[in-house]
Amino acid sequence: MVDKKRPVNLDFGTIKLPITAYVSILHRVSGVTTLFALAIFLWLLDQSLASEQSFEATSNILSYPLAQFLIWSSLVALIYHTVAGIRHLFMDFGFGEESFNSGRISAWIAVVVAVVLIAALTGWVIL
Amino acid sequence: MMALLARFARTGPSDWIIQRVTAVVMMAYLFFIVGYLIANPALTYGQWSDLNSLLSMRIFTLFTIMAVAFHAWIGMWSVLTDYITVRLMGPKANGLRKGLQVGLGFIILFYLAWTIKILWGL
Repeated sequence: MVDKKRPVNLDFGTIKLPITAYVSILHRVSGVTTLFALAIFLWLLDQSLASEQSFEATSNILSYPLAQFLIWSSLVALIYHTVAGIRHLFMDFGFGEESFNSGRISAWIAVVVAVVLIAALTGWVIL
Repeated sequence: MMALLARFARTGPSDWIIQRVTAVVMMAYLFFIVGYLIANPALTYGQWSDLNSLLSMRIFTLFTIMAVAFHAWIGMWSVLTDYITVRLMGPKANGLRKGLQVGLGFIILFYLAWTIKILWGL
């Protein structure tokens, strides 16, 4: 039963969220995005293996900006989700003393690592 | 009968373990594919087709998609049960959430079937 009078303060407009909260919500958003983006990767696998002609056609598609943007954004979600997931695995193994401060530090490390990898990906796509 | 069904019931600890084991499987696949593509910048159809014809590679890909299926099911359950709730959305939330979960199940099964079709050319 839902008690309507129970005080619930999840008004995000009045709460200043810590970095850990942003890293966590982005982990969820990127996870959902990656699930749908998987269709793009399966399509690429399908086309690249169907025949030599379709392999060449797939390589050519990758030079179109729209295709590049779709694959780039899918990979951005995948990279972020993977990096944030690795952070969780480290925390599960007890690295850091499980304090708020170590969580904040590892959250920042995850953000920096993800940004570096995404920058490398972006450079690779553009160049 | 109930004991048999109970064996398939999900629990917090089993979800926790499954989520991490599947993550490691998917990570291994991701690192392998990225490493392979970096090591072979001038990839030809022959190389790519030979690699994906290997039984070991087909099984690796299939296991990864199976890992995706479990990981996505548990992950989406966590997300849906946090946001599509009666408290946030009113009484319609329960039906909507179950509908979304069924739709998600179809997407996951479609991915699995598609992967098998790609790899074994059925």
